[in-house]
This record gives sequence, structure tokens and C-alpha cells, in this order.
Amino acid sequence: SKLSSVFSLSLSLYPVIELNHHVISVVPESGLLIILGFILGGIVWGADKAQTFKLLPPTFFYYLLPQIILDASYFMPNKLFFSNLGSILIYAIFGTCWNAATVGLSLWGCYEAGVMGNLDIGLLQFLLFGSLIAAVDPVAVIAVFEEVHVNEVLFILVFGESLLNDGVTVVLYNVFDAFVALGGPRIDAEEIFKGIFSFVVVAFGGSFLGVVFAVLLSLLTRCTKHIQIIEAGFVFVVGYLAYLTADMLSLSAILSVTFCGICCQKYVNANMDEKSVTTVRHAMKVLANGSETMIFVFLGITAIDTEIWVWNTGFILLTLLFVFIYRIIGVFLLTWMLNKFRLVPIEVIDQVVMSYGGLRGAVAYGLAAMLDKDKIPEKNLIISTTLIVVYFTVILQGITMKPLVQWLKVKRAAHADLKLIEKLNNRAFDHILSAVEDICGRIGDNWWTRGWNRFEENYISWLLMKPKARKNRDYLFSIFHKLNLEDAVNYVSEGERQGSLAFIRSDEVANVDFKKQFGSEFTDVMPDIMVDMSNYELGIENFSVTSIVKDTIPSVSLDIHGKDRKNVADDINAHHLLQQHLYRSRKNHRHKFSRSHFSINQSEDEVQEIFQRTMRSRLESFKSAKMGVNPAKKITKHHKKDLTHKVKDFHDASFTWIAQLYKGSVTIKMNPVFLPAMDSPTHSSLPWLMETDAVAPSQRAQWRLLWTPNRLRRLAPMRVSTCSTDSFLMADLEEHEEKPQTDHEEEIFQSGPPKKHSCRKFH
Amino acid sequence: MGSTNSTLLKIPNVEVLMQETGLKLVAEENCLNVSPAHIIRLHDRFKALDKEGRGHLCPHDFGAIKELAMNPIGDRIIGAFFSPGKETVDFHTFVKILAHFRPVDKDRPKEPNSPEPINSRSNKLKFAFQLYDQDKDGKISRDELLQVLRAMLGMQVTDEQLESIADRTIQEADLDRDDTISFEEFRKSLEKINIDHKMSIRFLR
Repeated sequence: SKLSSVFSLSLSLYPVIELNHHVISVVPESGLLIILGFILGGIVWGADKAQTFKLLPPTFFYYLLPQIILDASYFMPNKLFFSNLGSILIYAIFGTCWNAATVGLSLWGCYEAGVMGNLDIGLLQFLLFGSLIAAVDPVAVIAVFEEVHVNEVLFILVFGESLLNDGVTVVLYNVFDAFVALGGPRIDAEEIFKGIFSFVVVAFGGSFLGVVFAVLLSLLTRCTKHIQIIEAGFVFVVGYLAYLTADMLSLSAILSVTFCGICCQKYVNANMDEKSVTTVRHAMKVLANGSETMIFVFLGITAIDTEIWVWNTGFILLTLLFVFIYRIIGVFLLTWMLNKFRLVPIEVIDQVVMSYGGLRGAVAYGLAAMLDKDKIPEKNLIISTTLIVVYFTVILQGITMKPLVQWLKVKRAAHADLKLIEKLNNRAFDHILSAVEDICGRIGDNWWTRGWNRFEENYISWLLMKPKARKNRDYLFSIFHKLNLEDAVNYVSEGERQGSLAFIRSDEVANVDFKKQFGSEFTDVMPDIMVDMSNYELGIENFSVTSIVKDTIPSVSLDIHGKDRKNVADDINAHHLLQQHLYRSRKNHRHKFSRSHFSINQSEDEVQEIFQRTMRSRLESFKSAKMGVNPAKKITKHHKKDLTHKVKDFHDASFTWIAQLYKGSVTIKMNPVFLPAMDSPTHSSLPWLMETDAVAPSQRAQWRLLWTPNRLRRLAPMRVSTCSTDSFLMADLEEHEEKPQTDHEEEIFQSGPPKKHSCRKFH
Repeated sequence: MGSTNSTLLKIPNVEVLMQETGLKLVAEENCLNVSPAHIIRLHDRFKALDKEGRGHLCPHDFGAIKELAMNPIGDRIIGAFFSPGKETVDFHTFVKILAHFRPVDKDRPKEPNSPEPINSRSNKLKFAFQLYDQDKDGKISRDELLQVLRAMLGMQVTDEQLESIADRTIQEADLDRDDTISFEEFRKSLEKINIDHKMSIRFLR
């Protein structure tokens, strides 16, 4: 009841905060929530003269924390995570141990030096305190890094560390707790050895348990074909089960949930129905956001309680100091060592951000609150200090993180006025570098990863994925693989030699500006999604199969209006344009993990856009090589006429291909325009498969082929309108009409070497 | 070391290759480094890309690299590996092109008659230049620039905006007023940029 009232209160104030974007961008949300908690706590305290709202550790650990961890791990970018796993483990294990030891020992040293006055506390208790304050908190990290765009490697290092250090924290905490109970003199080598051994058991046991539950979950979802309505629930149930089981066995519960989420992602998303996947994603975000909000609010509320506050200036200030300093030292030390082994070294600026981003959060508070007051008389002091450290890191470091990053970057770049060409080339170099890194096999493309991939493809996927999903994934991958890139390159160079851009743009393009069209009401929801619905009336060159988030914007089939050239302002700020619209490369924080936006994400859209354009250009070259005609033709009018026999065959051919896709066998090596990037389950719902005899499908038919709920970089679902299909068809229609008929069917289906047709002149 | 030697023997003309590109045989930086010499690593990668085991790569093999499809100028870069007219890339060419991205050797003694190393700043710039200059006439024409811009900018940018950006870019860089950017002008305009940093992959050292 108390929980729910706080929950509803905080959630109702949540939108108020959210609305003020300006405030959010300065003060991280978590900081604001803590302040809100202060206010609420003040109100309650004023009413009751005692703090009746408390965050009890069981509440926190059993009701609020698991879903946050599950959410974090479910959306974890796996490839990135595993390729940096070594570094992450080093930071998590050695970094946390270092922090715990140094903070504990330094504080003890200062205590012995008499700085803190009289306290009933000993070395072991200092170490215990060190261990609970040492751990970087995932909740706080996510909350703060949300606002600060950092590059993907940096993000995964901090984030991964914060998730994995729980293993160490739990062990250290329990070990020192047991030591404190035992008493100092009884500690000997045996006990210490037991401690180290328990670390191994707890950490690996927890992880292994998580994997077991992931397998269980995948198998479950594999068999839920007939109970699709509840399969979404399984994810949460099994996830929570993993947490509870690990906790019951005294293993690391956080690690268990983490690995459960990480390992089950791929298979669960492949097996479950599309709607279930969406349900799971949405629900996860709701739960995680809600819990996080509540945690921070509670953290604020618990401050307003006269009972717990014990102020010891020396202790508190020294703790703050040591926590801060030793984090910095630890990070730089470990990074220096790691850089000797890493393929891509971690730069200094990243290290600074990493050390500054070592935020403590609710986990530390929870552990502090769980201390036994009898054994540790200074429990209140510890709690007070922990709270202060949490507030300091979350609020102060949270606020100053972004300015710090900007200042550092600006300092490093040291340019205010680059010329256009410099800016352009800067970005081009980033892209070039990313590409060459990919060509060299940038991260971990070695015998191990290839071997693992093969093993995984053949055995694990066979076990855990639905056969249909597996087949689709394999099929599409092989299709992608067989794409004849040579034609693409030839096509591009051919077109450029002709010196015209005709094959890229057309005269009448319908470039609909979302903002212009719908105004601000939608821009908040879909900030930069570009809907380029070039009607097949006008030509295929411009169709772009941009994704449309179906749920938010209903039927975004926009009627074409000719582009309004007069609207283009004369004083275009070219610099501003470059700033806004240059595609970002991997280095420029293309990857973004977000707490609240997971499908509407600018950088994901960018990646999708680039991918679609690349695919389109490859497709066009493929077509031009195979069929020897150029697609850049002006097409006058679309009318739903009966397709000629030949075109109909072609039409049927493309649909037959799709049907083959559905059945899982390959006969036609023709690639669709929209190809998913990678390990992609597909759920095709092709409404017109029944109507192969009918005329071209309506413009508004949503072709949800190849929707991939979970991809490498968590691209949003690719929903494609059939405009593209139609224009594809219409282009071919034109070609058929213009060119003397050869046996097109044969040409299309041949997989032999491309015949070199003379490319017709573009205009 | 025995295994590295035997692998190296399989690569034809290894010494010449090493001399031309400057790649070293052993990873001398850190004796604890587990990874093999860079050429061997690249050879492994080459073989992995060459799935059909033909001994040379074609554009299709590059196309199989998924990440390249998400790179706006990925296809151009693939094209840079293939000399005009050739449709395959053998290991030598592969390594030579990748050698452009080695960090610049700062301590290299400047011998007057030796050819410039592949990874010199100038050669790096030449590599970038040829990505723009697809018709290989030594100049970046306005159209070529437009194509690059089109590839690198989002779909929201209209054609007028593109053209205006291109015009201004050429204006800034074009010193001899011929409405194209020659390599010298290109190089001059990028003086301030740290090419070594931006176009180097550390692990190719």
C-alpha cells in the first residue's frame, strides 16, 4: 500500500518532469527524482513526524531491482558485450576489489590516525563498508548515460562493469560480513581461502544458473506456438525465477538475471510471435522505468529521517574523497594494462568519462541497510555516508558529466570553425576507418569467434530456435550473401562516369518533411523519421523503404504533392545542414542504449536508412546487370490496369520467390529490396500471397516482410510499404513496354554470370 | 615461431610484401602479445573472406561483410580495393591497400631516394581522394562531390540544399577557380586535420 502510493505519486509526477526537456538535459532524471523524493519525504515527515515511508531492503532487492536488471540484459547489445567481455571482467572484478580494498584501508588508516574521532569500528568493518560502497551501480549509470552520448565501446564497458560487478560485491559483502561476525582473531588463511572460493562459486554459479534459465526460456518459447497469447509472460516469470532461485541458493542473483537476459534474447525474439515480442519490450520498459523511478524517489525519501542521520565530518568527507580518487586511479591503472592487449585501445578521454561515471546507487544503500546493527554499531553512520555518496555521485556527477564531456571533446578537437570540406572529410574519414576496420575484421574475428559462431549456428540454434525461424534466418542470410556486388560497383561507377545523378534523384520527388506535414505534435514522438513516399507514379529512383512505426502513426501513406521548391530558403546554412544530417559513423556514438526510447531512435533510423540505400543501389545494379536496362525512366501514370502476360509472370515470379521464402527453399536468386542485416528471425505476413492473380496490391498494404524484432543494433522493425513493390513492378512494366521482349523469365532466373548489357544512357 | 614460419611460407613473396608495406614479421611491441604477426592475421582474414577458397576476393566477398552495408560509403570503399578493370583482389593488393592505414612511422629516417611509404600522410590522402574521384581524372568534379554528399547525408536533405553545400565546398577549396578540386587543393584544405590519427588503425602497426 505504501509502495503503491509512492508508485502512483511518483509516476504521476514523472510526466511533469519529462515535459520539461530543458531541465532534463541539465539535471539527469535520477537527480530530479531524488529531489522529488526529498520533497515527498518532507511532506510525509511533516505529517507523521517520523519517516513511515522507508525503502526496506527486501522491497528493493525483490520487487524493484530484478526487472531493471532484466531489462538491461534483455536489451544488451550482445556482440558488443562479448567482444569486450575481457575488459569488462577486468574492470568488474579487479576494479571493484581495488576500490573496496583501497577505500576500506584508507579509511581505516585515517581512523587510526585519529581524524574521525571516536568510533566503535574496526578494520573489518571498514573493509565491509568499502565493499558495499565500491560497486558501480547499473541503475545510476543507465540513468546518467542516457543524457550523455558516449561511444559504444565506452558505454558497454561502464555498463557491463556495473552489471557484472555484482558478483564481486555480493561475495565481498558476505565474506566481510561473516568475518565481522567471526571476529578479528579467528580469521586465518583458511577463511580467506574460503572467501576466494566462495567468489568463484557465487559468481560462476550465478551466471551458470542464468544460462540454464535462458535455455529453459528459449525452449519454452519454442513450444508456445499455440499459446501465443501468454508467451510474453514467460519471459518475465522465468526471468524472475532466475533471480529468486539464485538468491535462494546464495548465488549472485543479479548475475543470474543478467545472463538469463543476455543469452535468451536471440532465441526468444526469434521464436515468439511478433506481437509478443513487442509486448515484452514495452512491458519491460514500463517495469524498468517504473522501478527506477521509485528507487530514486525512495532514495530521496529515506533522507528525510532524523533517526538515521549520524554526521561525522571526517568519515563522510574522506569517504567521498577516497571513492572519487581511487576510482580514477583504478580505472587508469587497469586501462593502461588492458591497452596492451586490446585491439582498439581505450583513449584517455574515455577513461576520464569512465572514472567519472562510476556512480553509486541504490544497491549500495540496500546493502548498507541490510547491515546488522548488533554486529556493526555504527550502522547509521554507514547508512548516512552511503546516502551522501549516492546523492553526490548521482546528482552532482550526473549534472556535471555532460558539460565535462563536452568540454573535453571540445578541448581535444580544438576547432570552432572548420570549413565545410574539413567537416565533410572528417566524417568521411570516420566512415572510411569504420569500413576498413570491418574489412580487417575489427573485433575478435578470429578462430575462436568463428568457431563459436559455427557451433552456435549448428547446434544451439537447432535446439533453441523454432525450425521456421531458423530456416528463415539461414535463407535470408544466404540470399544476402549471394548478392552480386560486382554489379553494384559497376553500376555506381558507370553512373558517375556518365556524370549525372539521374539514377539517384528524379525530377519529381516527394520528399515529405514530417515536421512540415504534421507539425510538432508528431515530432516529439518521431523526431526524425523521414517518410519518403515517392509514389510509384513518379518513378522508382526515389523510393526509399523507410520504416514506419506502425503503432504510433496510423497509415502514413501520404499523398504525393510535388516538392515545393519555393520553400527552400535561399540562405541555407550549409554548416548547419552538415551538422544535422551527416550520417554518423560507429565512432560518433551511433549506438545508443536508451532507457525510454527503444524503437524510436534516431541513430537506428540512420543505420536503417543507410542500409536501405545501400541495398537499393545494389539491387539496381543487380537488376541492370541481369536485365540490361536502366531503371531511371520517367514513368507517367500509374493505373491499375491488367498486367500484361509477361509482366504478370514477372509479378508472379517475385511473389513466387516470396512464397519460396515462406516455404524455405531457394530457387530464385533474386534479392528483395529490404534485407535484414543479420541474425534475423522473420515473420512474414504477406496478405497478397493469395492474390497473385489480382492487380498490383494497394498502395497502403503494409508489407511486413522481414520484420526483425531483435537485430544486432536493435534496429527498429522494418515495415515496408508496398509502394516499393509497386514501383519495382512499375519500373519493370515500363521496361517491358519499351524494350523488345526477350525471354525475361529466363534472364531473371539465371544465376550464371551476368551478361554485360550495354547500359542505356541515363537522363 | 615454427608455426608462424610455416604459415608465412604459404604466402608468396612475403618478403617483398613486407618491405613494400612496412608490416613487420613479429609483434615486437609486447612479447606477451598472443596474436600472430599482422600479415598472418590479415592472411587469416583474407582466407576467411574468401569463402570459396579461390585465392582471390571479388566484390561479392566484400559484400558479405554485413557492417559494410551500413556504411554510407561502404560500397565505394569496396571499389577502392579493385583496380580499374580488375575484378579480383589478391592477397598482395589486399594487404597493400590496408597498409595505407598503418600509423605513420614517426621515426623513419628520411632517405632522399627511397619511395614514399604506403602509409605516408600523402598516400593516405590519395586513398581518400580516389574515393571521391571515381573517374580517376585527378580532379573531384562538382558531380562527384554531389554524389559523395548525397551518400553521406540523410534523406531529409533536399537536392537544392545538396547543391548549395557542394557549391560552397568547392568554393572554399578551389584555389585555381576551375570548379573542381584537384589533389593539391584537397591536400591543402585538409592541412589542419590530423590525418595520421583519423586514418590509422593501431593494430596494423
